[in-house]
Amino acid sequence: MPIENYIFLSIALFAIGVTGVLTRRNVIIIFMCIELMLNSVNLLLVAFSKMHYLANSATNPAAGTEAQLFVFFIMVVAAAEVCVGLAIIVMLFRNTHSVDVNFLSRLKH
Amino acid sequence: MNVLILSAISGVIMMFSSFFIKSKGSIRILAHVLLLAILAANVLELEGIRFFEIDTSGMMVFNRFALLFTLIANACTFLFFLLSSKDMERVGINYSDYFALIFFILAGFTLTSSFVSLLILFLGIEIISIPLYILAGSDKRNLKSNEASLKYFLMGAFSTGLMLMGIALVYGATGTFTTTAMSITGEGGVPVLFMAGLMMLLFSMSFKVSAAPFHFWTPDVYDGSPTVFTSFMSTVVKAAGFIAFLRLFADAFGDIREEWKILVAIIAAATLFVGNITAVFQQSVKRMLAYSSIAQAGFMMLAVYSLNADARDGLILYAAAYSIATISIFAVLIKMGDYTFDGFNGFARQQPLLAGTLVVFLLSLAGIPLTAGFLSKFYMLRAALYGGAVWLVIFAVIMAAVSVYYYFRLIQAMYFKEGVADTVIEVTPGFKFALVTMAGLTILLGVYPSLLINWLYF
Repeated sequence: MPIENYIFLSIALFAIGVTGVLTRRNVIIIFMCIELMLNSVNLLLVAFSKMHYLANSATNPAAGTEAQLFVFFIMVVAAAEVCVGLAIIVMLFRNTHSVDVNFLSRLKH
Repeated sequence: MNVLILSAISGVIMMFSSFFIKSKGSIRILAHVLLLAILAANVLELEGIRFFEIDTSGMMVFNRFALLFTLIANACTFLFFLLSSKDMERVGINYSDYFALIFFILAGFTLTSSFVSLLILFLGIEIISIPLYILAGSDKRNLKSNEASLKYFLMGAFSTGLMLMGIALVYGATGTFTTTAMSITGEGGVPVLFMAGLMMLLFSMSFKVSAAPFHFWTPDVYDGSPTVFTSFMSTVVKAAGFIAFLRLFADAFGDIREEWKILVAIIAAATLFVGNITAVFQQSVKRMLAYSSIAQAGFMMLAVYSLNADARDGLILYAAAYSIATISIFAVLIKMGDYTFDGFNGFARQQPLLAGTLVVFLLSLAGIPLTAGFLSKFYMLRAALYGGAVWLVIFAVIMAAVSVYYYFRLIQAMYFKEGVADTVIEVTPGFKFALVTMAGLTILLGVYPSLLINWLYF
């Protein structure tokens, strides 16, 4: 498959994620959309890794490996972020019994 | 490398210290000692003595610029500990954990100031951000703190997504994550993928340093977080973001500056405008300082715009001057019962010494000559002038004049208004001494900036 297809798929997933973050009001769904953004990046990185490998493997047999490595780092950091994020949401739920972001507007004067 | 390893170990030590040490005073002393050790290791590394020989080529480079910035960040954190660590006790019960998180953030500073691979940039930004989400929400029963934490988390995670997309696109166009190796020298102009990636990185870094029009989360988060941690996250963390911003754009995108410089100039002008004009209308000193941090970010954006030697010198000086002044003002603010401007009425009569030092810090933030703030602004303006934007320099000077209004409003409240300012917490002689020392340092750096900048070269 040509690389364009992968780029279009990733950009589409990323755009869905961004739209979700900007329009939805439920914290959990916003959170899922952020994860979708991160995973679309993972897909894109793996696709680019393959592309650079095919293009440069004759001169550099390790071409493209760093992107594969990057994907693992993204997964680990995303997991750490999920830990902290869910803890924050639980803390909020305990105090307000709601997971809606609309009440965030209360912070503004 | 010294600092990175020592600060990570210190974080772990602080995490476990609450099992063995019960008294809060001992925990505080332990944190101070560990940070002093990190500072000493940092100075030794600047002098060329390394404790650990680890090959980090292609990932990090510990040059003088990176080391000097980590030294400033660590020194400002030490100042923060000296002035405000006692007030952290009032935030919650997990006293040692707050220190642990701050030490992890210090490890993140080392990564963001010394990266050459985009992987390290990403890790550094995340290592700084994730503990900050926790610190912002550390006042668990307070709804404002909860909301600040959630808002910071959502915005931070969103901008991380943007940054990763930018990194992936840049990787697709160049085939490398190493910033110094990704020069674009093709005939047919800059590839679309590369340009799109650059834009994503620009937007996400603007999010992280709260430059307009991506600043909207800043006032709420800074206002809602416990004041002790606002003091930390609006100063040292912001400066670290700018160092990463400058390094990224100088190393990776410096060759094609013509393509993006107008956009950065617009962001800088918008940040200066929004920060300064909105700060004028604030009634709370804490919220005014939040907008003032946006305004100062506008000045630091000038360094990213111009990318020359002046910009590097100036950003180092700016990081020091701005952090010292703002941390000290926050340290006094924490002691106050009322955060509004009216809460400071008659403060000079009750605490003449504190009011006097506050005046020095406010003058430094406003950029009045003989203070460090003036010279750091001067370096920024000169850098922008050589960078080729006369209109931006003129605009920045006008905005600096506006900023004088809201800084002087606090001085006016302290000296020329009648009232009873109530300090909730007893001010110790040690606190006063530290504050006077910092005021002296601000004036010293304002007269001899070379004391600091010479470290970059010798």
